[in-house]
Amino acid sequence: MKRTEGSEPSTLVTDGGSVDWRGSSSSSVTVTREERLREMYEENFVKPMIVAWSDSRTRLGLLIIGFYFLIALVAILGLWREPSTSQAPRYLMLFENMTYPLGTTASGTDLAALIIHSTPDILLMVASGGLWATGIAVLVGTVAGYKGGTVGRVLMSISDFVMAIPGLPLVMILAITFNPKNPILLGIIININYWAGLGRSIHSQVLTIRENNYVEASRTMGVSTPRIILKDVIPNLMPYVTVNFVFAARYVVFASIGLFFLGVLPYSDQNWGVTLNFAYSGGALFSWSAAHWLLVPMVAIIGLSIGLILLGQGMDRVFNPRVRTRLAGESESTAVTDEKDTGMTEVL
Amino acid sequence: MSNYYVRRTARVFVTIFAVATLTFGLIRLLPGGPFTQLRAQLLRQGVPASEVDARIANLQNINPDAPLWQQYLEYMGSVAQGNFGESISLGEPVVRIIAEAVPWTVFVVLVSTILMFAIGIFLGSLQAYWEGSRFDKAFSGLSIALMSIPFYVVAVISLYVFAYQWGWLPTAGTVGASVEKELSIPFLLSALEHSILPIFSYTLGGIGGQALAMRGNSIQVLGNDYVRVARLRGLADHRIATRYVARNAILPMYTGFLLLLGFRLSGTVILEQIFSYTGLGYYMFAALKANDYPLMMATFLVITVALIVGVYIADLTYSKIDPRISAGGSDEAY
Repeated sequence: MKRTEGSEPSTLVTDGGSVDWRGSSSSSVTVTREERLREMYEENFVKPMIVAWSDSRTRLGLLIIGFYFLIALVAILGLWREPSTSQAPRYLMLFENMTYPLGTTASGTDLAALIIHSTPDILLMVASGGLWATGIAVLVGTVAGYKGGTVGRVLMSISDFVMAIPGLPLVMILAITFNPKNPILLGIIININYWAGLGRSIHSQVLTIRENNYVEASRTMGVSTPRIILKDVIPNLMPYVTVNFVFAARYVVFASIGLFFLGVLPYSDQNWGVTLNFAYSGGALFSWSAAHWLLVPMVAIIGLSIGLILLGQGMDRVFNPRVRTRLAGESESTAVTDEKDTGMTEVL
Repeated sequence: MSNYYVRRTARVFVTIFAVATLTFGLIRLLPGGPFTQLRAQLLRQGVPASEVDARIANLQNINPDAPLWQQYLEYMGSVAQGNFGESISLGEPVVRIIAEAVPWTVFVVLVSTILMFAIGIFLGSLQAYWEGSRFDKAFSGLSIALMSIPFYVVAVISLYVFAYQWGWLPTAGTVGASVEKELSIPFLLSALEHSILPIFSYTLGGIGGQALAMRGNSIQVLGNDYVRVARLRGLADHRIATRYVARNAILPMYTGFLLLLGFRLSGTVILEQIFSYTGLGYYMFAALKANDYPLMMATFLVITVALIVGVYIADLTYSKIDPRISAGGSDEAY
């Protein structure tokens, strides 16, 4: 309550913790920059990692996603040959020739090279699409939910309108119009209206969060709206938002590969979806000998989405503050009362 | 309260109006605009240059020489009358094509979504009852695996195995070529046979997510005091399971069901293409490839209206089904 106006911005910038407003106003001289950095590191990196690592799904998910990053790195560093036609015998099966472990296509292109060299772009696209969708959704949902009234109604009407537009057909039209080849732009276009549904459900959650005592306390203390949203509202939403970031990312994978498969999205190099398309139209459906041509890109897609889903399910716990302090060994007292609570979050 | 319903209904019309306007704008966004390509195409087909404008006006309900606001009014006017012009690539009135396509799409989407929910709810509630058991763990893993498989991958694989390799099911179309299009037993059987693979592939991938959601909801409900009280009162297990747990666990999924129904309509663009299943999505894609703007915009509009109506019904009925939710929500401004 005794917090002065002057001390407020400094705490806003420096940390993500919760008790520091006292420290910075009374003894800010004694807290060195190094200590503050270490605390930030403890709070924002070490503890979440302990919690995340304690869940086997996160471990597996991180392992899988890490593997894809490794593949992307291989492509960026140029450790694997570039794909080109007639670089190998045609229709090699899986593991038939260990120089081309994943086999080759009808035109004698190394399948492994096709998969590896499209990974960086796909990861970029997935990340940008996921960030775009969750970012806009959180912004719209929290502002509309917290402010309510006319602002809320207008924002929700906009969301309702955007939500009403069918996603895939709109993306197809936009893709043909703008012909986006940049993976970051492509990710955004694919999730161009994904945020609306998410924003709507965040909105309804904020409606209940804003009735909490501590939010009311902040409001009576005269804390500014952006700060209340940032400090009191959004932390409550984080589990939900992370899980939905993963779902949005998975949607990008599904939709983009699907549209590449249809041949709607523009491409400069063959990626998983385009490979799938070539395999499908190149007659891989008719004979067992070309089955691997279809299977390899499919496995790449499924693997990435399994990794994303596992990560999302495990990450859910990281942002649950109560699970977090308990696992990081700070407070033992909450352990008994929270039994039911953790059981629930594990599920989502 | 009635005020809310009036406002909500008004919003449906406003949204449809806005989307129709959007389609008008999108036509103009597309490369080459709506007319240049069409004009070239008509001239190639040997239509005299003097008649080209009249043909375009006939095809798209738009007079290309009129100012933009007049084009817009004419377009909206004809859309309101249900007149979408004539398909350029198929040479038929768009309305007739759509009327033929809609039942197939609705059939596949409706059946697969209902199946998906039914199976998901069943599995999810079993998992919740036996939480922590080997069955629960196995199916949680399976659910995650199912969630990771895109439906078109299932579609391509099942087409490959069941249709091309083993020849059990047809590879394309909605009914057999030799079957008369009338309501008869052979027609229904053929339609069913052709829809098995699309429905199967559109259902399978969705089950996992529904099962996990149902499992989570049920576990949450099972921990509630009223369930404990019901047990203490000595109520029969199946009564607790259906009346107390299932009902409260399924409720939150109800809105999702209607939303998903609309959402999955747009997914048919990919699904129907794989199976050459001549529904809405199939024509939407064909129109896009052929630069057939009237047909494309009409399919776009129809899918959109279906989505809007789905959300509308969800909103209106939710407060009826769940008495705890009052229609309209909190409006207090901070």
